[in-house]
Amino acid sequence: MTGSEKGCGGVWKWLMKRTVQVLLWVSMSAVVCVGIHLWMKVHNINTAESLLISMCDERARMLQHQFAVSVNHVHALAILVSTFYYNKIPPAINQSVFADYTDMTSFERPLLSGVAYAQRVVRADREKFENQQGWIIKTMKKEPSPEQDEYAPVIFSQETISYIEALDMMSGEEDRENILRARSTGKAVLTNPFRLLESNHLGVILTFPVYRWRISSDATVDERVKATVGYLGGAFDVESLVENLLKQLAGNKDIMVNVYDVTNISTPLIMYGSGANDGYKLLSYASMLDFGDPFRRHQMECRYRQKPPITWPAITTPLGVYVICMLVGYILHAAHRRFINVVENCRKMEELKVKAEAADIAKSQFLATVSHEIRTPMNGVLGMLDMLLDTELDCTQRDHTQTAQTCGKALISLINEVLDRAKIESGKLELEAVPFDIRAILDEVVSLFSSKSRDNGVELAVFVSSGVPDILIGDPGRFRQIITNLVGNSVKFTERGHIFVHVHLAKNTEFPIATTKYETCLNGISKGSCCFETMRACSTLSGLTTADMRSTWEILQPLLSEEMPLHPDSDDVPLMVTVEDTGVGIPLNAQDRMFTRFMQADSSTSRNYGGTGIGLSITKCLVEMMGGNIDFISHPDVGSTFTFTSMLKKCDAKMSSFQTLPICFRGMNAVVIDEMPVRGAITKYHLQRLGITAEVVGNIQCAFAAISGQHDFLGNGYLKKIDVILVELDKWKSDIERSLPKRLLDWKRSGQILNMPKLVLISTSETVSANTKESVDIVVLKPLRASLLAACFEKALGIDGQKRIETQNKRASIRNLLVGKSILVVDDNLVNRRVAEGALKKYGAQIKCVGSGKDAISHLQIPHHFDACFMDIQMPEMDGFETTKQIRMMESNVNKCTGEKIERWHVLILAMTADVIQATYDKCINCGMDGYVSKPFEEEQLYNSLAKLFKFNDSSIAADEQ
Amino acid sequence: MDAKLLQRELLELTTRVLEEGVIDKQFLEIQTLRDEDNPNFTDEVVALFFEDAQKLINEITKALEQGQNYVDFGKISADAHQLKGISASVGAKRITDLCIAFRGFCDQLISEGSLQQLHYEFSLTKNKIESIFKLEKQILAAGGMLPGM
Repeated sequence: MTGSEKGCGGVWKWLMKRTVQVLLWVSMSAVVCVGIHLWMKVHNINTAESLLISMCDERARMLQHQFAVSVNHVHALAILVSTFYYNKIPPAINQSVFADYTDMTSFERPLLSGVAYAQRVVRADREKFENQQGWIIKTMKKEPSPEQDEYAPVIFSQETISYIEALDMMSGEEDRENILRARSTGKAVLTNPFRLLESNHLGVILTFPVYRWRISSDATVDERVKATVGYLGGAFDVESLVENLLKQLAGNKDIMVNVYDVTNISTPLIMYGSGANDGYKLLSYASMLDFGDPFRRHQMECRYRQKPPITWPAITTPLGVYVICMLVGYILHAAHRRFINVVENCRKMEELKVKAEAADIAKSQFLATVSHEIRTPMNGVLGMLDMLLDTELDCTQRDHTQTAQTCGKALISLINEVLDRAKIESGKLELEAVPFDIRAILDEVVSLFSSKSRDNGVELAVFVSSGVPDILIGDPGRFRQIITNLVGNSVKFTERGHIFVHVHLAKNTEFPIATTKYETCLNGISKGSCCFETMRACSTLSGLTTADMRSTWEILQPLLSEEMPLHPDSDDVPLMVTVEDTGVGIPLNAQDRMFTRFMQADSSTSRNYGGTGIGLSITKCLVEMMGGNIDFISHPDVGSTFTFTSMLKKCDAKMSSFQTLPICFRGMNAVVIDEMPVRGAITKYHLQRLGITAEVVGNIQCAFAAISGQHDFLGNGYLKKIDVILVELDKWKSDIERSLPKRLLDWKRSGQILNMPKLVLISTSETVSANTKESVDIVVLKPLRASLLAACFEKALGIDGQKRIETQNKRASIRNLLVGKSILVVDDNLVNRRVAEGALKKYGAQIKCVGSGKDAISHLQIPHHFDACFMDIQMPEMDGFETTKQIRMMESNVNKCTGEKIERWHVLILAMTADVIQATYDKCINCGMDGYVSKPFEEEQLYNSLAKLFKFNDSSIAADEQ
Repeated sequence: MDAKLLQRELLELTTRVLEEGVIDKQFLEIQTLRDEDNPNFTDEVVALFFEDAQKLINEITKALEQGQNYVDFGKISADAHQLKGISASVGAKRITDLCIAFRGFCDQLISEGSLQQLHYEFSLTKNKIESIFKLEKQILAAGGMLPGM
C-alpha cells in the first residue's frame, strides 16, 4: 500500500520535473501535429478520388457519346448502301461514287480512319464475281484466297483505305468473327482491339451488315444470313479518338486514361493508354463504356499520372499548430517561472516586511531611549541654568545664560516633537480626558510668545466667545500644543500687523472653510481687490487685510451678541479655533503639502525662519484625534488663517477649583477707548474675565459721555463710578493725551467724581515715551491676558495680590497622595533603598525596605498593611517581574477563596526603572504591575503615576463598597 | 571662619562640582532629604554609596584581571549596572555616565584605560563630595544653616 503510494509519489515527482514536462509537451504536440497532417492527407486523397471519379465519368461519357455518333453514321451509311442494293442487281453504286461520298462525308466520322464495303460472295458465285470485278479475291496477306464457303471481298472503299480493296475480310480471324456476329445480330459489332494496318494505331473494326431487303427485328439468324448482301466496316482509331477527346478536356495532363476491352475479364485487352504499370496505382477508377456492342464490354480506367502532391495546408497547418503549441508551452513555462518568481519575491518581501517592522519597533524604542537619554542631561542643563539665573550675574552673563536656556528649551521641545511624532505613528499616543480651562490655556500660549511678538511689534491677541463653557474636558496639553504650534508658526512668519486667536462654538460639525474660500476668491476677482481691501481694511484687529475675512468686526459682532446655546442633551462641545495672522503667507504652490511632515513651504524657509517642519503634521494628527479637522486659507503677502475644529466634552465641575485669577476686581467698571472694535472687544473680554464691567467707546467724546453717565438715568450730579480707563496707545497719541487727564482733574475738583479713575495705557511695544508714562498710572504691554491685567491693576490700585503658592504645588499634591500610606520598597541595593526611602518619607509615607524579591513576597503575605509596593526590576535571584507574578498569584488565590467577601487584595505595584521605554512598560503591565516610576524619582512623573493609580484604586474600592 | 562666608564658599563649590558634572540635581535632592529627625541621612547614604561602589569597582577590576583567557563579561555588566543604579540614586553623574558607556563596551572589550578612568572618576567624586561634607560640617560648627534644612 505504502509502497504503491510511494511509487505514485515518485511518478508524480518525476512528472513534476521540468525537463520531463518539457519533453512530454514537445512529443505530445508533435504527435498531434502528425495526426493533423495525416488526417489532412487522407482528406486530400478523398478529394482527389472524388475528383478523379467525376473526371473519369465525364471522359467515359464523352467518349461513349462520340463513339456512338460515329457508329450511327456508319449505320446510316450501311443503310444507304443497302438502299442501293434494294432489289437491284447490280447495285446502283460503284466504287467511285462510294469513294466520293465517303470522302465527302468523312467529317461526320472523324474517328474512323476509313470505311469500306465488302460484298458477301458465296463460293458458287466467286468466279462470276471475280470476272465481274476483274480481280481475284485475296486474303489479308494479299495472296489469292483459297477455296472457302464464303468470301467477303472489299469492293468499295474510302480513298484513305483503298489498300484493302479486294481483300477478303473473312480471311482475317477477327474480321470473320465480326462479320458473322454482325450478320446474325444485325447490329454494329466491334472487334478486339488490335493494331490497325498502316497507322499502326490501336483500333477496333466496326462492322455493320447490309441486307438486301428489310429485315424485321425478330428475324432469325438464317433469314438474316440469307438477306445479307455485304458488310460495311470501319476502322476506329481508338487511340487518336481518345487522344483528341482528352485534349479537349481540362486536367488532361494530370490524369492518365486507359481504355480496356474487358469482354474477357481475366485478360483485359488494352485499347488505349500505356498500360497498367504507369502512374499512381493506389488511386484509380474505372467507368464502364457502352459502345453499342452488347457482346463486348469496355471500360475506362483513370488514374493520376503522379501521386497527388501533398498540399501546402497539409504541411503548414500542422507546422503552425506545432509552433502554436510550442508558444503556448513557452508561455506556460514562462508564466510558471514568473509565478515561482513572484512567490519567491513575496516570501522575500514578507521577510523584509518582518524585518522592517522589527526595525520600526527598534527605531521607536531607539527614539524613546535616545530622547530619554538626551532629555535627562538637557533637564540637568536647564535646571543648572535656572539655578545660575538665580545667582547674581552681570548683564552679559545673564544674557548668555538666558540664551543658553532658550536654546536648551528649543532643543527639548524639538525632542518632544520628534517623540510625539513617533508616538503618533506607532499609535501609542492617547489623549487624556481631564477638565481644563481653555481660556487659561490660551493665556499661557500668549504669554509664551509675548516677548517675541513684542519684539516684532506684532499685536498678539486671544479671544474666547462667551458661549464656550469655562471648563471643558479634553487633553489640555495637546490642545495647548496645537495652538502653540499654530501661533508659533504665525509668530515666526509675521513681522507686522497682528496674530489673532479666537475660539467659538462651531455652529455645526460641517467645516465652513470651503465655501468661505470660494467666496473670498470670488469677491477678490469680481469686485477688484483694491476696493475690497479698503472697504474691509479697518475692521480687522490691526487694520491690515487678512486672508480669511471671518474675524472682521462685521462678522465677529453677531457672534459676540449671539448666545449660542449648547445642545442640552449632548455633552459634546464643538469648538472652532481660528489663528489668523498678517504674515508672509504661504506660497500657493506649497499649500497642498502643508500638512506633510518635514515639509516646509520651501527649503529656504528653514534657513530664514528655522524649524523642522514637523509641527503642522503633528498638529493635524492631534486635531484629527480630537475629532476635528484643520484647514487654512492663505494669500501670499496678505497672511494666513488656520482654522481647526475639535470636539470636547462639557464638564460640570465648579469653576472654583480652576480659578487662578484674583477675584478682587469683581464689580468694577471700566471704559475702553479704542476705535478698533475688534481690539476693543478683546480688551473687554479680558476685563470681563476679571469680573470688570467694561464699555468700549470709539473716541474721547463717547468716553466722556460714558463717564458722565448721559445714557443712564442717574442724572443726580454724580457721575458713574468708573474705576479704570483703558486707552490704546495710538488713540492716546492722537487726541486723548491732552484732554482726558485734564477733564478728569476738572471733574475731581468739582467733586463730580469721588475717585480718580486709573488711566491704563495699552501698548504693543515698550517704546513709550517717558512723558506719556508720567501722565498715566500704568502701561500694560500687549499681548493682553487676564492675569497680566490683574497684576497691573493690583499695582495701579494698590491691592495686595493674593499670594500664589505655585511652587511646592506638585510636591504638596504628591504629599497629599502619599501621606499616611504604607509603602514597601524592594531593591537589592542598599543605596537605592535608602534614597527611595528618604524621598518617599519626605512625602509623608511610611516606608518599609526589603532587599530581595523573596523578602517582598514574605512581607506581602496576606493579610498585610501595605498600600503600594515600589519594585526594582533588576534584582539577583528573583527579578521584579517574577516577584510581581508570584504576588499576583498569591492574591488571586486568596481572592478566590474569600469569594464574595468585600475585601479584594490588590496591592499597587510600581516598577522602578531607569530606562522607561515602551517595551519595558509593556512588560511591566503584562506581569501585573500597575505602572512605573523613574529611578531616581522625578517629581512630575512620580505624581502622574501615583495620581492615576490612587485615584483609580479609590474609585474601585468605592465601587466595591457599594 | 564666618558662617556666611562658608556658606557662600559651599554654594560656589557645589555649583562648580555641578558644572563639572561630578554630581547632578539628584545629589541636591538627597541633600534636601535630611531633616531634624534624620540629620545624617545624606552622610549615611553617601557613605553607603562609597562603600558599595568601592566594592563593585573592586569586583570589576578583579573580574578583568582574573584571567587572561576568560573574562566574565556577564558579571562585569551586572556590576556596572548595579554601579549605575546606585550612582544615579545619589546623583554621581560622571560615574553614572561612565557606567552607561561601560555597559556599552562590555560586548567588546573594556580597555585598561576605561577601568582606570572609572577609578579616577570614583576618587574624584569621593573627593568632591567629601569636601562638600567637610564644608557643611564647618558651617554647622560655625552655627550656620545648611541648604535643604
